[in-house]
Amino acid sequence: MPAVTETREQIEKLGQSSYKWGFETDIEMDIAPKGLNEDTIRLISARKEEPEWLLEWRLAAFRAWLSMKEPQWAKVAYPPIDYQDVHYYAAPKKQPGPKSLDEVDPELLKTYAKLGIPLHEQAILAGVEPEEGAEERLPVAVDAVFDSVSVATTFRETLSKAGVIFCPISEAVRDYPDLVRQYLGSVVPAGDNFFAALNSAVFTDGSFVFVPKGVRCPMELSTYFRINARNTGQFERTLIIVEDGASVSYLEGCTAPMRDENQLHAAVVELVAMQDASIKYSTVQNWYPGDENGKGGIYNFVTKRGACRGARSRISWTQVETGSAITWKYPSCILQGEGSVGEFYSVAVTNNHQQADTGTKMIHLGRNTRSTIIAKTISAGKSDSTYRGLVRMMPKASGARNFTQCDSLLIGDQCGAHTVPYIENRNMSARVEHEATTSRISEDQLFYCRSRGLSEEDAVGLIVNGFCREVLKELPMEFAVEAQKLLQISLEGSVG
Amino acid sequence: MSDFLKISGLHASIETDGGAKEILRGVDMTIPAGELHVVMGPNGCGKSTLAYALAGREDYEITSGSVAFKGKDLLELEPDERAAAGIFLAFQAPVELPGVNNANFLRTAVNAVRRARGEPEMDAVAFLKAVRAATKSLSMSDEMLKRNVNVGFSGGEKKRNEVLQMTLLQPSFAVLDETDSGLDVDALRIVADGVNRLRGPEFSALVITHHKRLLDYLSPDRIHVMANGRIVHSGGPELAEKIDQEGYAAFLADAA
Amino acid sequence: MSAPAAFAQQLEKTSGAARDAALALERIGLPGPKTEAFLYTSLRPLTGRSFTAPPEAPSADAVRALIMRSVPVDGPLAGQPLVVFVNGVFSREHSKYPDQAGVHIRTDATDAVQEDGDMPFLLLNDALYRDVTVLEVDRDTDAGSFVVLSLSFGTDTSFHPRLRVRAGDGASVTLTEIAAGEGAYLNNPVLFCDVSPRAHVVHTKLQQEDAQAVHMAAVRVAVAEGGSYDSFTLGLGGVLSRHEVRSVLGGAKAAVHINGAQLLTERQTGDITSVIRHAAPDCISRQTVRNVLGGHARGVFQGKVFVERIAQKTDGYQMNQALLVSETAEMDAKPELEIYADDVKCSHGATVGALDADQLFYLCSRGIPGAEARQILISAFLEEVLDLVTDEAARDALQGVLQQALAKRIGAVS
Repeated sequence: MPAVTETREQIEKLGQSSYKWGFETDIEMDIAPKGLNEDTIRLISARKEEPEWLLEWRLAAFRAWLSMKEPQWAKVAYPPIDYQDVHYYAAPKKQPGPKSLDEVDPELLKTYAKLGIPLHEQAILAGVEPEEGAEERLPVAVDAVFDSVSVATTFRETLSKAGVIFCPISEAVRDYPDLVRQYLGSVVPAGDNFFAALNSAVFTDGSFVFVPKGVRCPMELSTYFRINARNTGQFERTLIIVEDGASVSYLEGCTAPMRDENQLHAAVVELVAMQDASIKYSTVQNWYPGDENGKGGIYNFVTKRGACRGARSRISWTQVETGSAITWKYPSCILQGEGSVGEFYSVAVTNNHQQADTGTKMIHLGRNTRSTIIAKTISAGKSDSTYRGLVRMMPKASGARNFTQCDSLLIGDQCGAHTVPYIENRNMSARVEHEATTSRISEDQLFYCRSRGLSEEDAVGLIVNGFCREVLKELPMEFAVEAQKLLQISLEGSVG
Repeated sequence: MSDFLKISGLHASIETDGGAKEILRGVDMTIPAGELHVVMGPNGCGKSTLAYALAGREDYEITSGSVAFKGKDLLELEPDERAAAGIFLAFQAPVELPGVNNANFLRTAVNAVRRARGEPEMDAVAFLKAVRAATKSLSMSDEMLKRNVNVGFSGGEKKRNEVLQMTLLQPSFAVLDETDSGLDVDALRIVADGVNRLRGPEFSALVITHHKRLLDYLSPDRIHVMANGRIVHSGGPELAEKIDQEGYAAFLADAA
Repeated sequence: MSAPAAFAQQLEKTSGAARDAALALERIGLPGPKTEAFLYTSLRPLTGRSFTAPPEAPSADAVRALIMRSVPVDGPLAGQPLVVFVNGVFSREHSKYPDQAGVHIRTDATDAVQEDGDMPFLLLNDALYRDVTVLEVDRDTDAGSFVVLSLSFGTDTSFHPRLRVRAGDGASVTLTEIAAGEGAYLNNPVLFCDVSPRAHVVHTKLQQEDAQAVHMAAVRVAVAEGGSYDSFTLGLGGVLSRHEVRSVLGGAKAAVHINGAQLLTERQTGDITSVIRHAAPDCISRQTVRNVLGGHARGVFQGKVFVERIAQKTDGYQMNQALLVSETAEMDAKPELEIYADDVKCSHGATVGALDADQLFYLCSRGIPGAEARQILISAFLEEVLDLVTDEAARDALQGVLQQALAKRIGAVS
């Protein structure tokens, strides 16, 4: 049953409209019927040839989910979601993944091109074998998640030489079952929250990273997510384990085709950092935000959490959120190891009718743990954006420190910007500092830029990028440039 | 000589809590190409308003009158279009832009203006060369380029940064709004040098000042005295000397 | 949410509008651990208890003695007009104020009831108040200063004093409220403050209830154009206390100051909660709250600044600071901004931590022993914020009481 019916003309028409990444790829899909019950889960598990323990784990999560309520506390409003009206499994028919990249469907490569996957990565995906020793110039490994199934993974060999495992999680289940079984759900338990439970029951794919003791991952790891088929929820599951003294930088970029219906995305990302380990997780999220009337767009309900298990471990989240109709997302750190460090750098831009409720949780368990939160919120159009964060100093977190800075910028008088921090301190030697400001781009700043020859939109773009600088500088260079462009694109039409 | 800049019967007001307040009440002034004119006058007479009106600040509403610049209606243009057309305002209080790198700002502005003027954009290397030359001539350290625009700058640094922008944007008409205030003698000379280097048959300037000091370095062509929103007296450079010694009292009587 | 069992008997006896309030309260119940507005403030001191004991009328001597303790004759507030509530009802006998032109004080049996489900302890007062005292100040009249005493005597019983202040156009009045008592009672005072255009109300509060008592106060303030409500609360007493303010800036250029401080030790929980709603342009709100927490005490600060779309040019500032001076104390803070207007200047800050080690070291290096250095710093931290009390007599009174409290409890807090 082909899920995609649009003709090429339609696709081209879509490509000309304002959402640059709004296109569909004409590939035959293997799709499960709509609806969610134990049979759906058994089907997913069977298609993926999973071991019995994982099926049982999924079923337990599903049963927990049935008894849970969708969270209502976030400052977002949307009509009730019919969880039975969603396809929980969609895979390109040319399955399983290609043995070599030559087998990759050309349509898929076109998709990557439209996505703006950097040229050299496209070359890799297109099957251009790298010259001997050329890999230094091609430092990004891509695990592309196309709807539910990872179809291509590059740089596997280089990585495996270094002892790094980077593969679709479904492969990891097959090839490294002990690792997966040990860590899956150890940071975000299957019943952690409504959306995490749903993900645990039905996740179809995602990335798995394992960096062994003492290894600095030789390249940045990158994943591109796409939601392609109509009415397919996207339920990624990512698990990153970094052992003692090892480190990794992981980049995640997201785009989705333009649709009228709202599409559900409920991902779970789990990070585990052991002693002296370091994980840098960067996200640029520009999923379809819906049109200027608030029609369509992605529901992005994501649970991301990292555990700093070992002493002096470090987890750093950086996110630039410009897309999605609704964002519900709180990348968090559990700072258990003595002297461990958690960081959260965030830019959230909303325009038109977008709603974002995003922030972080820093749970300080261990002595001398430190966390930094820098959140920049920009609201334009008729949108609403909320920073929601929790800093908790537990009784044993002696000497712990947190610093939080939240700044909101409003563009126009029809939007809202909100700051909701929760600060809990149960240790007298722990210190929490929180600052927040709300302002708008001043007329003085705009006039100053314009009197130097900048157009109004360029002036706004420049000032907004300045406002976000502290966060953007945390992104890997290549992402930073893309993110700056995205900020400007997201705010188009919001001035004047 | 054709009229380079011609201000005729310019009235401007600003919205206040107590309603619209008229500040410019019929300014007439003609500045030929190549000349440097000076506006002097007591506080609150409308000097800065005149500067903002020429640069196109929105909250100053032009209620009547006209400004022709090289034969074009200046008041029709947006602030950035005026910059592209060659107008430059050195702000009395330069604005801080947190997080916006000074070098990046300069390059963005220079290329926006070059684009609008149909000139090729400068690449990073060419720009760096140009900006280094300019900073050197202004005795500025390159370190200022790495900082954010005007953030944490001293008063003197801000003014020098304005002159740097002017040097790079190559305007044909510059308005300096009390650029000399708060500067020591050395900085004053640097500002004056910046203006003098641009002087030529196709460059004019309007210098707004309280003090004669800056004029010693600039050799102006004409001095205008402003009071109560009008030009009440105009004369040669010797007028500055007279004001310096006698103050504005003699002119204010005329204005009332 | 738990049913308001602690008050079931009294709630059953209500009638009229109070009955509606009682039913509303029964419907929503008392806040439980899942109630966002009471996330950090446990009502455990109320659970399993019943506040049904009939209040015993205290002897006139007992009342007089408590008045003397609350407003000492040689203290800064001595001689000010007195409005006295005893066990939740207005006391003609103990109140003492001169007749003033343009100032009207009366007590009514019934009052308008708002059934505000959002504030359960206001609802409790709506259901159970016995009378309402109304203080009205005519336009352009300066009513001067009043001391409002809320005195409670008894155990397992609850009191619900209710005061309405109406300041007419251009009027002004200064209130210094003191809550004190003897016993394990619940005091549930409600203050309504209607501030007309250009009127100014100064409200200073000293909460020094019995250590066994529970104090749940609600203040509702509406400020019209050009008016101001300038308040400060100092929380010292009670095993559980909450001072909850809802203020609406309803006219242009209105101002509110919602400041406060708490000094809590042993097993005290003290909660300062406020919502400041900017509903008109050009308004100013200011809030600074400081907390010192020793023993097993728990301090709670919740402050929301809400800026409506119409409220352009809002200037809002909020700061909550807390010192933890024991290993077992806890501070929970939730400062919140909800903003729908773009031309605003709003900021908030919060810090929670221990005494500054550098400051301590500096004092010690000048020869001051450690314990004394800590006392100096703790006193300074709280005294500094008392500068925000605008009424001089009230400030002097609060300073005196704070000094005594620090002297008495400093062992517990340092």
